[in-house]
Amino acid sequence: MSFDLSLIAEALPKMLVGIGLTFQLLILSAILGLILAIGLMLMRISGKWYLSWPAQVYIYVFRGTPILVQIFIVYYGFPQLDFIRDSFLWPIFRDPFGCAIVALTLNTGAYVSEILRGGVLGVDRGVLEAGEALGLSKPQRFIYLTTPIATRLALPAYGNDIISLLKSTALASTITLMDMTGIARTIVAQTYAPYEIFISLAIIYMILTFFIQKLLARIERYLGRYAEREG
Amino acid sequence: MTSPEPLIQMLEVGKHFGTFQALKGINLNVSKGERIVVCGPSGSGKSTMIRCINRLEKHDQGRIIIDGIELTDDLKDLNAVRREVGMVFQSFNLFPHMTILNNLMLAQKLVRKTPKAEARDVAMHYLERVKIPEQAGKYPIQLSGGQQQRVAIARALCMKPEVMLFDEPTSALDPEMINEVLEVMVDLARDGMTMICVTHEMGFARSVADRVIFMDTGEIVEEAEPETFFNAPRNERTKLFLSQILKH
Repeated sequence: MSFDLSLIAEALPKMLVGIGLTFQLLILSAILGLILAIGLMLMRISGKWYLSWPAQVYIYVFRGTPILVQIFIVYYGFPQLDFIRDSFLWPIFRDPFGCAIVALTLNTGAYVSEILRGGVLGVDRGVLEAGEALGLSKPQRFIYLTTPIATRLALPAYGNDIISLLKSTALASTITLMDMTGIARTIVAQTYAPYEIFISLAIIYMILTFFIQKLLARIERYLGRYAEREG
Repeated sequence: MTSPEPLIQMLEVGKHFGTFQALKGINLNVSKGERIVVCGPSGSGKSTMIRCINRLEKHDQGRIIIDGIELTDDLKDLNAVRREVGMVFQSFNLFPHMTILNNLMLAQKLVRKTPKAEARDVAMHYLERVKIPEQAGKYPIQLSGGQQQRVAIARALCMKPEVMLFDEPTSALDPEMINEVLEVMVDLARDGMTMICVTHEMGFARSVADRVIFMDTGEIVEEAEPETFFNAPRNERTKLFLSQILKH
């Protein structure tokens, strides 16, 4: 078979039109997912069974099922429920974009909460004891000691999840969204040239990943400046 | 200034970890200005005992009274006690994500509600006192172990405590750094600070302590002035312990 470069040149600008939507999906669900994850993590480490137990069930359910299935359930399933159609949430679930955001947020929240919990558990007990001995209250220790140290510890794994989330946004194309992947699929349907189009699509995702990696490395260096011996 | 009752009173204090009894019937009074050295084999309960004094461990028998305040689950009382009791740990436990200066300022600002400028002055004052003011802008990892421990002492002093607890402050240090930390402690003792030190630095005990306490299996086995303690220990376990650590 032949590899048609002119086809790629034609398709690339079209696919890049979808980059805005890809970024909207990524950034919105990353932010909402982080908020959800913080809530879940706090429930999980609260030491109270009636908080930690629901959080564990939630995490189990969302890590235990494919994200594609979750997207389908939110998109095809929720609108069938009368109480959702009647509620203020309906505008969100009526819209495929809203459904994609909800599904991606719920999914990433489950994973990130465990990443954050790992960070919190990694904080040296002795450091917290020193804070306690100095008279810092429990909330003060959490805000001034645990949070900054745990953030630093959790960052590499968190970055991994953000990159994974970027790729998950491609699944939004299955529920009619015209993100980069959605556009690529349309072009393939018109040109019957899956090879060229999907390879160029893959390269775009790789380039985006490269920049996200760079950004994360920079944040890591900034947050980790205290861990370097040279001042 | 001198109160009629001791600054620290421990009455029949006991502590369990699960079924293991870490402390049994501990009775100890410490007056203002007194310097106590606690020694004993590992697992003898000496760390647990001083950790009970600022309630890093909860005792489950007996009573502990610090400067007239009994240690209970009452948070207000506990915070009042913790403000008066400074602690230095074996592993320094500096806040790794903060500069040395911020390590010294954090609790002053949060607990003592000291204004920032004043907290900074206090911090610099105590850094001078432990002889490392030039390190104020660095992070803990950039300092040697001895320097870190001196910072930890300064951090505790910034809270102007009535009592300082030392939990094996030199055990994690390289030999050449032990003296710089001991010097700071001797200096502190000379200024009249009330101190309880868990340590095996017997030279320090001889020159500084008013009383040496020997613990074994969760009990205070022997308690004497250093002179008597080192030259004429009464208990067999004390003799054995001393012969082991003074042998070399």
